[in-house]
Amino acid sequence: MLKIQDLKVEIEGKEIIKGLNLEINKGEVHAIMGPNGAGKSTLSAVIAGREEYEVTAGTIEFEGKDIMDLAPEERAHAGVFLSFQYPVEIPGVSVTNFIKTAINESRKARGLEPMEAKDLLKLMREKQQLLAMDKTFMSRSINEGFSGGEKKRNEIFQMAMLDPKLAILDETDSGLDIDALKIVANGVNKLKNQDNAVMVITHYQRLLDHIIPDFVHVLFDGKIVKSGDKNLALELEEKGYDWIKQEIEA
Amino acid sequence: MKLQEKLISSFDTFGKSLNGSETDSLRKLRTEGMEVFKAKGFPTTKDEEWKYTPLNKSIKHDYDLAEGFGSDMKSEDVDPFLCTGIDSYKVVFVNGVFNVSLSNITSQDKFFVSHLKDAFEGDSEIFNKYYGKLADTQQSMVALNTAYAQEGAFVYVKAGAVVDKLIQIIYINNDGSRAMMNQVRNLFVVEDRAEVQILERHQSLSDASVFTNVVTETSVGNEAHFKHFKVQNDRETTTLVDSTFVKQGTSSSALVDTFAFGGELTRNNLHFEFAGEHAEAHMDAITLLKGSSVVDHHTFVDHAVPNCQSNQLYKGIYDEQSKGVFNGKVMVRKDAQKTNAFQQNNNLLLTDDAVIDTKPQLEIFADDVACSHGCTIGQLDDEALFYMQSRGIPLKEAKAFLMFAFAGDTLKNITIPELKEQLINLVACELKVDLELNEVNL
Repeated sequence: MLKIQDLKVEIEGKEIIKGLNLEINKGEVHAIMGPNGAGKSTLSAVIAGREEYEVTAGTIEFEGKDIMDLAPEERAHAGVFLSFQYPVEIPGVSVTNFIKTAINESRKARGLEPMEAKDLLKLMREKQQLLAMDKTFMSRSINEGFSGGEKKRNEIFQMAMLDPKLAILDETDSGLDIDALKIVANGVNKLKNQDNAVMVITHYQRLLDHIIPDFVHVLFDGKIVKSGDKNLALELEEKGYDWIKQEIEA
Repeated sequence: MKLQEKLISSFDTFGKSLNGSETDSLRKLRTEGMEVFKAKGFPTTKDEEWKYTPLNKSIKHDYDLAEGFGSDMKSEDVDPFLCTGIDSYKVVFVNGVFNVSLSNITSQDKFFVSHLKDAFEGDSEIFNKYYGKLADTQQSMVALNTAYAQEGAFVYVKAGAVVDKLIQIIYINNDGSRAMMNQVRNLFVVEDRAEVQILERHQSLSDASVFTNVVTETSVGNEAHFKHFKVQNDRETTTLVDSTFVKQGTSSSALVDTFAFGGELTRNNLHFEFAGEHAEAHMDAITLLKGSSVVDHHTFVDHAVPNCQSNQLYKGIYDEQSKGVFNGKVMVRKDAQKTNAFQQNNNLLLTDDAVIDTKPQLEIFADDVACSHGCTIGQLDDEALFYMQSRGIPLKEAKAFLMFAFAGDTLKNITIPELKEQLINLVACELKVDLELNEVNL
């Protein structure tokens, strides 16, 4: 589904990703772990199409097509979803209006008619329940005055509504207490199936107790330096990132 | 001949054409107006109040000063520029002349919505009491208007009466054969405890240059409530100079809400004066400009008595080479204790060529007051745009959402749902998006 080859990325002349390879197939859950500043968030932003980052080498293919020249919204229409580490507050735009626009723009891109209002409401109600959100949520301005937990639940709610092929969860666990973490993880697990894929970016093992990865990759200084199964995450939790550092330097 | 000389030399002929149909006092006002205009002429950028807004381009056209002809417009030609879907009183002018068949005026015991010219020719007590008394006739544009004005709307609401429908006043120009200059005048008298809402629009339908110099005098009585919406969404061949004077009585409220979306040059002079205590004045404005349009908002709020409140909320979004001016002056006089004066001017500049000159001026001579002003100039937030794009919302729509979120709080004082919906649609249309923009928690 996603194939990244020899990717190099710069921002303001500084190289952040220094030759990265990654392949994610449908039905898989991949975890990208690594210390702060390793390039985890840069990787997620580049896949989603953030323009501030300059790709200097390599390719990103999604479902067999090069997506490097696509605008962020076109990547979203193709099925890429990025859950933000820091979801942005947009005063004056309600959750309902926002999600309705997102869904209908995506349908428009696929040559479909806008979704019927009653179908949309039904779908929203269903996904709200999945994430234990109350109804008043929908009429609030997006992320404005939301708690950390509400913001992350709102991200997964949007993911549920948009039903992406590839969901990238950037530090979704940060700022969540254990109850919120379980709700979010449960939401993701319910949405997971054989035809989609999830890429979880996290600093800690905690979220991976609830979203079980098939593969764990360690990102260090702009490269994936080690890959393994879920046990690698446990090992990292126990030994810390210095262990990886020593291993590379050895 | 230059426009200024032409206006001065034509005045005698104009006076004769009236054929003695007007009262002595009105004739005197006209003559005095012409004297002031003769002495001062058109304002120039040397004039502090017009420093950022040169009229020279607008006055170089060879405007026809003769009265226009009401052409054969049908109501369906006018409807797109009106708030439809609700019952309303209408005062329609075509090429500067009142059009009775397109209008829906009324004369009732409790209020009337009428054509000002009828009052000019009559000797109405109300007219004589207010006409020319609220406007600052020493300002040259007001003086010029006073000298020549013949057409306009006259709304009177008797004490305790509530006008049951929105009043829509529209000035349409569709004569493409000549450049036209119109001096139009509105008089709104809202007596004690009365209520009325008015929508005013100036619209050109041809590519001929149009210069409209409009003066509006509004008297809001004690405990009366008044709302005035102005839609300024005209073609790039038009100049609009709007001088509006509102005088408020005790415990009254008044709103002037301006939608400034276009025209070659638009100048709004908005004066509020408190004559009684515990009154509230609201000035809201949303300015959306592109091309090389210029909009200048000059406000002046005179807190002459204690315990009044004024709120100014001016939001502007400037694209391409457009230019905005906000000059907000608040005067708190010595005796005006417990004044609350609030002023906010926020601007988004979408290009490097767009310009905003913003100048708050507070002159406070009382010591127990709460006055504040704030102005900001910024750009659209890239992070928020990327966030929306990452959810599949195209850049143009994402920008529109942010712009609406930025400016939408200027719509909060609109209480007629149909009017609010149409004004929001007008904003969406101006932003060129087909989005359902709605206000949430603004």
